Amino acid sequence: MDFLFVQFLNGLASASSLFLVASGLSIIFGVTRIVNFAHGAFYMLGAYIAYTLTQHLTGVVGFWTALLLAALIVAALGALIEMTLLRRIYDAPELFQLLATFGLTLMVEDLVVMIWGPMELLGPRAPGLEGAVPVFGQLFPAYDFVLIALGPVVLGGLWLLFKKTRWGVLVRAATQDRTMVSALGVNQSWLFTSVFALGIFLAALGGAVQIPREAVHHMMDLQIIVEVFVVVVIGGLGNVFGAFLAAVIISELNAFGILLFPKISLVLVFLVMAVVLVVRPHGLLGKAESDSRPAIGTAIEPFRRFGTRGRNAMVAVLLGLALVPLFAGNYLMSVGTELLIFALFAASLHLMMGVGGMVSFGHAAYFGLGAYGAGLLVKYLGAPMEAALVAGPVLAVAGAILFGWFCVRLSGVYLAMLTLAFAQIVWSIMFQWYDVTGGDNGILGIWPSRWASDPMVFYYVTLALCAACIYAIRRIVFSPFGYAVRGCRDSVMRAESIGIDRQRIQWLAFTLAGTFAGIAGTLYAYLKGSVFPDVVGIPTSVDGLVMVLLGGLQTVGGPIVGAAAYKALSIWMTSQIDFWKLVLGALIVVLVIAFPEGIAGFWQRRVSPLFRRSETEEEAIP
Amino acid sequence: MTALVVQDLRKSFGGVEAAKGITFTVAESELLALIGPNGAGKSTCFNMLNGQLKPDSGSIKLFGQEIVGKRPREVWRMGVGRTFQITATFGSMTVIENVQMALLSHHRRLRAMIPFAGDLYRDEAWELLELVGMADQAGRACGTLAYGDLKRLELAIALANQPRVLLMDEPTAGMAPRERVQLMQLTADIVRARGVSVLFTEHDMDVVFTHADRVMVLNRGELIAQGSPQEVRNNSDVQSIYLGSGALYGAEPAMEASA
Amino acid sequence: MKLEVHGLNAWYGRAHILFDVHMRVARGEVVALLGRNGAGKSTTFASLVGLVPARRGDIVFDGHAVGAMKTHDVVRLGLGYVPEDRRIFTDLTVEENLEVGRQPPREGAPTWTPEMIYELFPNLASMRRRAGGHMSGGEQQMLTIARTLMGNPSLVLLDEPSEGLAPKIVEQMAHALIEMKRQGLTIIISEQNLHFARLISDRAYIIERGRVQFEGTLKELDANPEVRDAYLAV
Repeated sequence: MDFLFVQFLNGLASASSLFLVASGLSIIFGVTRIVNFAHGAFYMLGAYIAYTLTQHLTGVVGFWTALLLAALIVAALGALIEMTLLRRIYDAPELFQLLATFGLTLMVEDLVVMIWGPMELLGPRAPGLEGAVPVFGQLFPAYDFVLIALGPVVLGGLWLLFKKTRWGVLVRAATQDRTMVSALGVNQSWLFTSVFALGIFLAALGGAVQIPREAVHHMMDLQIIVEVFVVVVIGGLGNVFGAFLAAVIISELNAFGILLFPKISLVLVFLVMAVVLVVRPHGLLGKAESDSRPAIGTAIEPFRRFGTRGRNAMVAVLLGLALVPLFAGNYLMSVGTELLIFALFAASLHLMMGVGGMVSFGHAAYFGLGAYGAGLLVKYLGAPMEAALVAGPVLAVAGAILFGWFCVRLSGVYLAMLTLAFAQIVWSIMFQWYDVTGGDNGILGIWPSRWASDPMVFYYVTLALCAACIYAIRRIVFSPFGYAVRGCRDSVMRAESIGIDRQRIQWLAFTLAGTFAGIAGTLYAYLKGSVFPDVVGIPTSVDGLVMVLLGGLQTVGGPIVGAAAYKALSIWMTSQIDFWKLVLGALIVVLVIAFPEGIAGFWQRRVSPLFRRSETEEEAIP
Repeated sequence: MTALVVQDLRKSFGGVEAAKGITFTVAESELLALIGPNGAGKSTCFNMLNGQLKPDSGSIKLFGQEIVGKRPREVWRMGVGRTFQITATFGSMTVIENVQMALLSHHRRLRAMIPFAGDLYRDEAWELLELVGMADQAGRACGTLAYGDLKRLELAIALANQPRVLLMDEPTAGMAPRERVQLMQLTADIVRARGVSVLFTEHDMDVVFTHADRVMVLNRGELIAQGSPQEVRNNSDVQSIYLGSGALYGAEPAMEASA
Repeated sequence: MKLEVHGLNAWYGRAHILFDVHMRVARGEVVALLGRNGAGKSTTFASLVGLVPARRGDIVFDGHAVGAMKTHDVVRLGLGYVPEDRRIFTDLTVEENLEVGRQPPREGAPTWTPEMIYELFPNLASMRRRAGGHMSGGEQQMLTIARTLMGNPSLVLLDEPSEGLAPKIVEQMAHALIEMKRQGLTIIISEQNLHFARLISDRAYIIERGRVQFEGTLKELDANPEVRDAYLAV
């Protein structure tokens, strides 16, 4: 009993830091409508800078000054980034904002390694609070009592700030309608910058206060951001009280979950999140979003089927791809195979996102499940390639059916955050469940059958499968079902009013997208001969997003172009550049700001009218 | 024959009664207007009629079949269509594809993945577009239409499942007077030709008094009057609660002087 | 002149919405902007306060060229804007809504306090602490106007204030507007309801397809039935 109480206190202490970060994210989202993926990176920076400052500032005053100063420095940096970068993308679709802030995260990760090195750093103990206090005969760190108090104090401070000051009233007004606030004479830019700085201050403070408890390392950012996403999804985005409540719930679940079910502590969080979402889709204290932004992929220009010329062009491309082995060596051929696989992956993501309007930040889950499906079949059943190619994706289908059921209950950023959370859950299962998945060591020895072991033959197998799948996706887009999916994206109200069961249609689309991603994943496992948890990682999901974005959302063919261009570039880059995350991150940021319509969007405007069925051809039918 | 029989409909939200026992009928081929101040319960009433809200008690019968307890989708399939105050169309589709979409749903073909949607029910969609005078714009992207044309497209969409009762939420809101008259005339012609009953809410009294066969007035969740446009117009309760002096519809010369 | 507009053009994306719109409004005048939905009335207002993505043209307000200014800077010069569809802050109380609109007093414009506002709109006085979301449509519309008045504007743009309101509420609105005019405010009001426009305005512009098609007094408009019928016909 005593032990349990101490464990409860432990949970509360962890909750404070999580709350600080989550409330910062919530406040920023409330006003700017940006889900700041880089929030974890700022948290991490807060910890690193606090670490450095505490090396110089000592004593009680020095220590606390260092923590505050660290948070202030990071907040200033945040304000700078808001003024130079984020201001340009406030009106962009949420996906672009998520991507741009993810690009920032990548850059910070490499910068941190460049400055502080890749090793874990141990911060000092808080002066005067090094000891432990006996609680019911158990020892509890004195510092953690400070943390326990910090959460409610910050919550109270925020409440006063928002209720009692003019600034707070303006912020709450802007949360609802920022245009209107500026139409009443308020300088929106400064309001946004100050809000962003406050949010970042909270994140950095959350990181800084952690240094006496936890080692500082360069992967803290992704770890916290996933937890924060879970917290805001449960608590309700934009609601500070919700963030507090959910932070406590999650931290307590973690504290007790590890005791009760050491192996599946994550699953417990997942279950709670699932229950909350079913009962209250917008979180415990959240409200339905009145975001007027159109769903992602919404376009004025309707999708058009190919005309004769377009079909001929496609046949020519296919023939060209079939001729590649005649002049390419083994290395190029395996690169080509990889490009084909990612073209399918990107096309599957586009089906969900461009056509279905459901932004997925965790599409790697289904790619990875497809890969692991094949890996597990080989490992445990010794299945041959032919069987694994058919049965491997089944795991992805199952995952998509399960996760999709929850996801289609949400929309917009909530959906994006939830997909990310699900992907991270899959990742942790692959990473943690060592007995079954081999954990970090992955599964090896997934080789094609003898007849297909030649790179050329495997290239042709991949080409045939990917071409067939992409053709199938295209057919689906123009089928009644594809129209229904698009209808649900364009206008939920209209779709439901003409008898379309939105959730079912979207669930089916989600599942189909997961299935095609799973097929790509299975092929990928055979190409590499092995599977590691990386295939489910956030970078894989983001790769897919960048491909689709690069190719342009508003075209059916765009993602394929984007996949080829991006994958070729990244294969080259990872082999040539040391700090490739920094370069890639910068590239993503530039891409989002400079080319919001993508390569294929440009193509569609300039070139593709030549390939369409002409207007007369189309209208002559009735 | 009576198309819709509504009996003693009640609904309250957290103690506030939005509908206090509403009872009325809609005859076949009737154009019935529902008017009243903002917050009188018109939307609540509509939402109960198409299944979006479940009433606390009461019954709604469509040609004898109970609607209460059914979901909006099911109610739609039974033949209760609805148009919205704010236009909602599929912006990434052409005009005719919007109508085809409704037809695909009506014919339960939404999950077909093999055929090309653009080839299905094209003739039927074309006929509906001709009916509302939009056939010449069939191939246009829906997002580029003028407001009045969007409204007509919505009417075509609403007619796609051959509704027996059509609920229209402020059908002429945001339109110029001439367009209002045209749209309501078109609606009246179509519903009479097809035997559809229309229940509509409206704030433009010119539209109401010109086009409605009958008018009902809702105030604080209760029907306070119903009858012919003339009767309602002359009802002193209605005047004091809703209509005011009459200066704002078909202005009487006396009022102009007061400005 | 309070406001002079010449050659105002505006675009939404690739769509060109306004074509060389011009307008001259004298101090203390009430001018109606008439025209059907989609004719360009709301875009004209949004362009005046810099709320459209792209615009070009000369806008001179109180001697300041405001054609390239940011929204909040224009508003701070005393050009108040009341958008259509009552965009009040539903989570904020009536008092807080007014607080958002509050600006320092301005020379040459009436100065409003919450108390004066409550006098002008007695309905609001009884619900100071009520959340905007729990108000009726008519009350919300009054609050949007009240909120803009708190900025002590010298000119107010009112975009379709009568839309979607019960006739009786519209009459109350007309009385409030007449009172605002009496205080010396210059008002431009966009309307589709000619009856309502006639109750309060001195002059009118008719906009159609983004162009000014008519300008003159309401008497002149009444004397021109063919113009009225072409663009506004009842």
